[in-house]
Amino acid sequence: MFTYLVRRLIYVLPVAIGVSMFCFLLVHIAPGDPLTAIMPVDATAEEQAAMRSAYGLDKPMPVQYAIWIGKAATGDLGKSIATGRPVAGEVFLAVKNSLLLAFAASLIAFPIGLFLGFLAGYFRDTIFDRMITAVAITGVSVPNYWLGIVLVIVFSVQLGWLPSMGAGPGGSGEWSWDLEHIRYLVLPAVTLAVVPIGIVARTVRALVGDIFSMDFVQALFAKGLYPIDVLRHVIRNAAPTALSVMGLQLGYLLGGSILIETVFNWPGSGFLLSNAIFQRDLPLLQGTILVLALFFVTMNLIVDVLQAAIDPRIKRS
Amino acid sequence: MSETPLVEFKDLVVRFKGDRTVHAINGLNLNLKPGEMLGLLGESGSGKSVTLKTLLRLLPPKRTDLEGSVKVLGTDVMSLSGRALAKYRGGDVSMVFQEPALALDPVYTIGDQIAEAVMRHKGISKLAAMDVALDMLTRVRIPSPERRLKNYPHEMSGGMRQRAMIALALACRPKLLLADEPTTALDATVQIQILLLLRELQKEFGMGVIFVTHDIGVAVEVSDRIAVMYAGNIVETGKTRDVIKNPRHPYTRGLLAANLHGAVKGSRLDAIPGSPPPLEEAPSNCSFAPRCSLARPECWKALPPRIDIGNGHEAACVLAAEAAVTA
Repeated sequence: MFTYLVRRLIYVLPVAIGVSMFCFLLVHIAPGDPLTAIMPVDATAEEQAAMRSAYGLDKPMPVQYAIWIGKAATGDLGKSIATGRPVAGEVFLAVKNSLLLAFAASLIAFPIGLFLGFLAGYFRDTIFDRMITAVAITGVSVPNYWLGIVLVIVFSVQLGWLPSMGAGPGGSGEWSWDLEHIRYLVLPAVTLAVVPIGIVARTVRALVGDIFSMDFVQALFAKGLYPIDVLRHVIRNAAPTALSVMGLQLGYLLGGSILIETVFNWPGSGFLLSNAIFQRDLPLLQGTILVLALFFVTMNLIVDVLQAAIDPRIKRS
Repeated sequence: MSETPLVEFKDLVVRFKGDRTVHAINGLNLNLKPGEMLGLLGESGSGKSVTLKTLLRLLPPKRTDLEGSVKVLGTDVMSLSGRALAKYRGGDVSMVFQEPALALDPVYTIGDQIAEAVMRHKGISKLAAMDVALDMLTRVRIPSPERRLKNYPHEMSGGMRQRAMIALALACRPKLLLADEPTTALDATVQIQILLLLRELQKEFGMGVIFVTHDIGVAVEVSDRIAVMYAGNIVETGKTRDVIKNPRHPYTRGLLAANLHGAVKGSRLDAIPGSPPPLEEAPSNCSFAPRCSLARPECWKALPPRIDIGNGHEAACVLAAEAAVTA
């Protein structure tokens, strides 16, 4: 187990470096000059060149990368071109908000998805199964930004039960754990949870259905176990795969949903990202993508290690 | 004859419903004495495994129609449910599956899987159950059993897994062991070891065994008695010696002739032409008639009679009667 952990940690390094290079290059490949966004239209060539060298954009690409990654390693992601504020601080705040939303959505999605999937797999090919599958497919297929708008119309506009904009009273302020703030979390979290519910339910359904049709389940009954004991075996067999699906889903949720965060004006990383894109704010864009990508890599690492811990077939092979 | 038979099948009929109906077992009659080792012989789809699974009530109830009766030591197996069924499974009757790699739970250790069954049936602590598991692994001669106790199935070889499966099946000292082609998935050399082990444990524990195989050589090797199955019924049964020396059903003769023993290299084996009938309808005449070189008009008209040849040797064939007369 320990050697596996070390090996798995070493694998993270090249992935992280590759991800950072990709983030860096991606932004340079994208069309559009970041300077045009902040320079007056009538700026002279000299003024442009001065600004370019002030931001270090005149240096060769590898040098730019080396400088950028060197600073990033110390927590300095540069300054936002649009606002002039440090990127690290902005990203930190936004990621914190997205994390909050992601965990809230997972808290809703995973128990429901697991429960529905297990039920459908256990009662495979019955009316029960078909109903749950229909719900799951609907969840995956409905565009969630549209669903978000519908929920806003129903619960905020018509019924007036829940707020629809921001992460707290008085716009996007600091988050705190009180009922007033949590009310702001409900609609975006529910909207964000719909897709993972569908994905988790469908995966677990297939998984549980497959496990129940395996020989060893019959063998468990043959040795005189009660159905409840057999269920325990099935759950233990399904756990590693279910866990990895949930880990991946959580990874996606952590990235924040640009659409959902825009619909609900949620000050998260997706919201930040879309702002950065429209303002051609290169340092902000790079910083946000890098942090999100590293989150994803870390998430995968955690899932892999957890999987190895509960599935005896992984760590020794 | 006063002895209660260990197993008593009476006119067993098993039908699978679904998209198409399959008449898997058609009026099967079979008895097994305590401590007897029966070789159930037949080709794929003849109903051997279905017979075993009926005995353990492992067939999906929604898709299966059952008729007739199955008794184990006088208890009606069909009427069992809930706790009584769980107590019967693994306690009175247990099973060794064909493919140990698939029949063992991949994410539990061998020790846990054996102990689990022991705890269920004997109601003892986990620690005591682990001792039983260790004792069982020693009995099936797994080397360094203490270490193997903590192994997962994928950490063992095929032969070792099947030994572990046998240890699991015998841990609660069942009176009847069902072995569903336990050596088919194994190498030839390992096959013999497993067969000898089963034979030995059967004598040691004095249990009855139904040993399913499609390999007549294996059946002859291990069984006291042989029952040959064809199209969901037993076509010939008797003491192993009698059946081998004096086969009365053309199908049994075909199986014996198709064996490699004594075959001349380069010459074709005497394989039985054709394939078994589809069992979408219950047979109303001799199922083997289409493939039988000796078939007569009456074979096509009605089900063949069960002819007693003596000494417990029976065959379901019109020709068996004549042969009995002339013999």
